[in-house]
Amino acid sequence: MPLIEVDDVHVNYGRLSALRGVSLNVEDGEIVCICGPNGAGKSTILKAIAGGVRPRLGAIRFAGVALMGKAPEAISRLGLSFVPEGRHVFSTLSVDENLRIGSYQRRDRTNINADRERMLELFPRLRERLKQPAGKLSGGEQQMLVICRALMTRPRIILVDEPSLGLAPQIIGRVYDILLDMRRRDNVTLLINEQSSERVMRVADRVYVLRNGVIRLCIRPADIADGRSLKSAYFGFDEPQETLQKGAQQ
Amino acid sequence: MIGFLQNVIDAISLGSLYALAALGIGLLFGVLRLINFAHGDFISVGAYALIVPPLQASADVTAQMFIGRWPLPFMLVATSTIVIALAILCYLLLFRYLKSSSPPTLMIASFAASYVIQNVLLIVYGAREKSVNLWPSLIQQVDIGALHVAKLQLATIGATMILMLLLTAILRLTPLGVQMRAAAEDFRMAQYLGVRSNYVISVAFAVSGVLAVAVSLLFVAQTGILTFQMGVPLMLFAFIGTVIGGMGSLVGAAVGGMAVGLAASLLQAYLPGEMRSFRDAFVFTLVILILIVRPTGLFPTRAFTERV
Repeated sequence: MPLIEVDDVHVNYGRLSALRGVSLNVEDGEIVCICGPNGAGKSTILKAIAGGVRPRLGAIRFAGVALMGKAPEAISRLGLSFVPEGRHVFSTLSVDENLRIGSYQRRDRTNINADRERMLELFPRLRERLKQPAGKLSGGEQQMLVICRALMTRPRIILVDEPSLGLAPQIIGRVYDILLDMRRRDNVTLLINEQSSERVMRVADRVYVLRNGVIRLCIRPADIADGRSLKSAYFGFDEPQETLQKGAQQ
Repeated sequence: MIGFLQNVIDAISLGSLYALAALGIGLLFGVLRLINFAHGDFISVGAYALIVPPLQASADVTAQMFIGRWPLPFMLVATSTIVIALAILCYLLLFRYLKSSSPPTLMIASFAASYVIQNVLLIVYGAREKSVNLWPSLIQQVDIGALHVAKLQLATIGATMILMLLLTAILRLTPLGVQMRAAAEDFRMAQYLGVRSNYVISVAFAVSGVLAVAVSLLFVAQTGILTFQMGVPLMLFAFIGTVIGGMGSLVGAAVGGMAVGLAASLLQAYLPGEMRSFRDAFVFTLVILILIVRPTGLFPTRAFTERV
């Protein structure tokens, strides 16, 4: 049974349709990336899974449990953690309080401190600033913090929306190191949205390409001979030069 | 000099009441973006709780106290229970269904709740005001040097400080408090992290109920009168306090409420005699000036810009 099953999901914002019949699945332990241009509906898929928007049609299941109609906090408590785009740190709360927020729902009280220690070992910067308001952190540090905070809920799967948006390249590398490390150590499943397809090709087991609210392609990076099918799925047309040449030959 | 100090103590004591009321309003605005005009009626109900149950005909002017005669701890628990129950009821019956509505919708709903509560008081207790004699011993004055201070004023200031410290401690030190602050800043994100929205909002309603009861008792001890609209002016001044302080900031609410009380009380003392009856006009002129200089209040938050 897949960990996440999204089945023919339609989402509307008012009269605007954001998702038009999206189906995808994520197996336990997999890294799945959704990529696609701006406005393709990537964020909407993650929000729909996490309970942030209510689909008009379709079904979403997490480990066999139907999620539709459940409140975001109930979904979070099932072991699904969502990191929305744009680094939503609680800026007036201290770094430490931000980290602890994720742990209040847990029942395994004993491991919380060990987990927190581990996060702080990975990010010594957070330890230095433990008592400071999270709003004072730099953008990169805030991104680290929200990922650590999401991991403090001990999720089975973590959904990350655009982890590299607005970050310096070396920090992006660090963010991915952490995500991959989490998977290795805790077998956390990952579902990541990215606009750039290059990076996701390196880390993902499978990649979905989304454009205009429809899944255009699902591939394993290893299976790609050349980038042509990916590009046409992403941009919605064949490479212009090629078309021109074809036209000239005829 | 002594006269001035005397006036300052009066002013701080009135400011304390407004600050407490403003905290109750600010707390709910924080987590729900609700400007709760029914808060004034929570205060009225807290005062009427002293004469629960209505033992005699509602036309009597001197009210018979029942809960109001219990020993202090029991009385506090009983009145608080009544108002907490009312506050939670308001949430469960009304605001729960409007959680994702816009702040104006929530505010209008709170007007409705306010009218319902006032009319229930009217039906049960009648329209005539009632006099009650709560804590008569607090009328006595104590002398601090050359100052004569009513015990009640000291009690008001003391109770306010204790409640503020308690509230700060809860918000800073307990998991519940941390979750409430997180929810006040970014409600949806808090939910994504498993913070239970119904729980956090219910607790906020309960705490605002407790703050309302404190205002009820201290206010009734001062005025000795119950009317079914007694909480309304308190709510208005306290609300203005939260606006001056900056909507969404609890520190702002406390400071703003205190500032409104100070201004009202000191203007009352120092305006020339014939202008005193226009005191409120002067208070509100000050409010307008503050808002022109600092439209987002003294302690601006992102409350109005952030929420989607």
